[in-house]
Amino acid sequence: MKQRTPSLHRRLLPVVGLLALSAITASAKPPTSEVNTTGLAVTDDTVTVGQLHSATGTMAISETGSIQAEQLAIDQINAAGGVLGRQIKVIKEDGASDWPTFAEKAKKLLVSDKVGTVFGCWTSASRKAVLPVFEKENGMLYYPTFYEGLEQSKNVIYTGQEATQQIIAGLDWIVKEKKAKTFYLIGSDYIWPRTSAKIARKHIENVIKGTVVGEEYYALGHTQFGSLINKIKLKKPDVIYAIVVGGSNVSFYKQLKAAGITSAKQTLLTISVTEDEVLGIGGENLVGFYSAMKYFQSLDNENNKTFVKAFKDKYGANSVIGDVTQAGYLGPWLWKAAVEKANSFDIDKIAAASPGLELTTAPEGYVKVHPNHHLWSKLRIGQWGTDGQAKVLYESELIEPDPFPKGYQ
Amino acid sequence: MESYSWEDLQNIFLMQGFAGISLFSVLLLMGLGLAVIFGQMGVINMAHGEFMALGAYTVYLCSTLTAEYAPSFGPYYFVVAIFIAFIICALVGAAVEWLMIRRLYHRPLDTLLATWGLSLIMQQTFRSTFGAREVTPTLPEWLMGSYSPKEGLDIPINGMFVLGLAIAVSLALLLFMYKSSFGLRLRATVQNRKMSGAVGINTNSVDRLAFALGCGIAGIAGAAFTTIGSTGPDSGSRYIVDAFLVVVFGGAASLMGSLASAFGIAQAQSILEFFLEGTKGKVATLLVIVVALMIRPQGLFPSKVRAH
Repeated sequence: MKQRTPSLHRRLLPVVGLLALSAITASAKPPTSEVNTTGLAVTDDTVTVGQLHSATGTMAISETGSIQAEQLAIDQINAAGGVLGRQIKVIKEDGASDWPTFAEKAKKLLVSDKVGTVFGCWTSASRKAVLPVFEKENGMLYYPTFYEGLEQSKNVIYTGQEATQQIIAGLDWIVKEKKAKTFYLIGSDYIWPRTSAKIARKHIENVIKGTVVGEEYYALGHTQFGSLINKIKLKKPDVIYAIVVGGSNVSFYKQLKAAGITSAKQTLLTISVTEDEVLGIGGENLVGFYSAMKYFQSLDNENNKTFVKAFKDKYGANSVIGDVTQAGYLGPWLWKAAVEKANSFDIDKIAAASPGLELTTAPEGYVKVHPNHHLWSKLRIGQWGTDGQAKVLYESELIEPDPFPKGYQ
Repeated sequence: MESYSWEDLQNIFLMQGFAGISLFSVLLLMGLGLAVIFGQMGVINMAHGEFMALGAYTVYLCSTLTAEYAPSFGPYYFVVAIFIAFIICALVGAAVEWLMIRRLYHRPLDTLLATWGLSLIMQQTFRSTFGAREVTPTLPEWLMGSYSPKEGLDIPINGMFVLGLAIAVSLALLLFMYKSSFGLRLRATVQNRKMSGAVGINTNSVDRLAFALGCGIAGIAGAAFTTIGSTGPDSGSRYIVDAFLVVVFGGAASLMGSLASAFGIAQAQSILEFFLEGTKGKVATLLVIVVALMIRPQGLFPSKVRAH
């Protein structure tokens, strides 16, 4: 194939642009030899980072939001001059919802591409798969999902909530508001729902002095909840505490509604439904039920309004933003702040600089990095409406992250 | 053990009975189309689940189009959408038979591989067309909610709808197989293909119609399931295991077998799930099936057809 040679003018354009850019930033920009002593992919003008999510396979449904939010943050940082005067270049890798693939791609990003940091993973399984790679190759991972805790690493910054942050304040609220004493715990059958239910049970039994009248798990993808619903009707719990994940969610809430269990008669609190899930479930099937999350798209503050507008401008007016999407958006900003505080791209220096970092521009409000690499954050209770948006009824104080909670294990 | 009122127990007993029957109708709808194709033609259609997903996506499309162009038709579109799902799936099925399956009748293992490949292609097509997120059609209000004859007793309307649909489809299929001339030709072809050809039955067109029929029924099943769950690109792979379970347990070549096995599996599962917890109930159900198949490897109602 013959290619047309671009005109001299067009070939020169980027060069002129670069010259202009370097003229502006040259004074503020520290030399590469100083800010990069470990051989990362940092040049005088660019820094390369990795993005590692599932763009295909069963998890693509959930991870798409994180991919979009991280990209948005990176674009905004670049437009504002980059990090230490360097534009961020992204290498996107697809974990394909397959955990060994995640590990392989993580190794590729760290060893071959020498990326400055990685934004990625969604499920705990994928994080567990890449963790040994990040620790051995000394990389840095910004992980966006709320998760079960029981983990802490120098090489990971957890931008979502760990389980106690999400569970305890939520339970306390429902007990106060609804005078709840009996709880029915329902989850999908894997590590996150099981660990979360364990923490919830400890809190209900030891602190609230209530009773758990049922605790059950259903396989991922389970669609028939008839028998379960009958048991709920028999036990008549004050609160259904739901940690059902993925496609099962839709069946679960549709069948609850079909069996006459609606918010008029039953209180339901979930820690697994965000705006993303509501798209599939349908607001009309959730009306009046509660979610405990640190972020809702409807949050009424200036940071969030700007964020929601930018997100919709880029990805369409119909796109929605859930808790994890927002946490994904924090990743690049926290990394930028750490690099600038350390005045270096070196992983060890970023890890050391991270504790104590504050982000006042976060859509969720204000967050601060704890020495255990998790974030101080608030918990909110949202009540779902037919339009698929939540009305925020309660906001806690900033909650200290405690990934290894004493008395809850 | 806590004490429950007699009234409560009575209601639960009724609702639990209905939960079992409701699961039965779901399994039956899943298995019927597969039973036609597997039982009558000996073709193992690994893309069966994707045909169900195609049916579900058809309903979703109809829902979106109705909301856009004829909102007043909203309450009724669902019934029409089921027919459209049947027709579209049957047409796609006929095309697949013509393009692919008919070249592979003498190579059963290759059909397995080919239809599996087809399932991957269909999944990716769904993903490219409708996106990776799961979708749900807007259901008419009369389908949601419950029939509640007295306090504490709620029978889900969507469950009754699926049950009615399953009965209607089964009856239609039985009538079609045993009372129509096409059914006669189909059964003749299954029993002795060469002889049927010799007496003037066009066995090629019988095959195509049977495959299209099986796919069409899968489409109805998928359409019906939009009342219960959501539809994603890989929903099909979730359905296929249960569908095969019903057909294999029932005895591959018999519609009555599928009926009996769907009923047995559904009751076992819903009762075990009630007394054990979710995952354990499923495990116990599968164990029962494994033991039953060890004792009776040919399934509940094996066909008495001679192998050719």
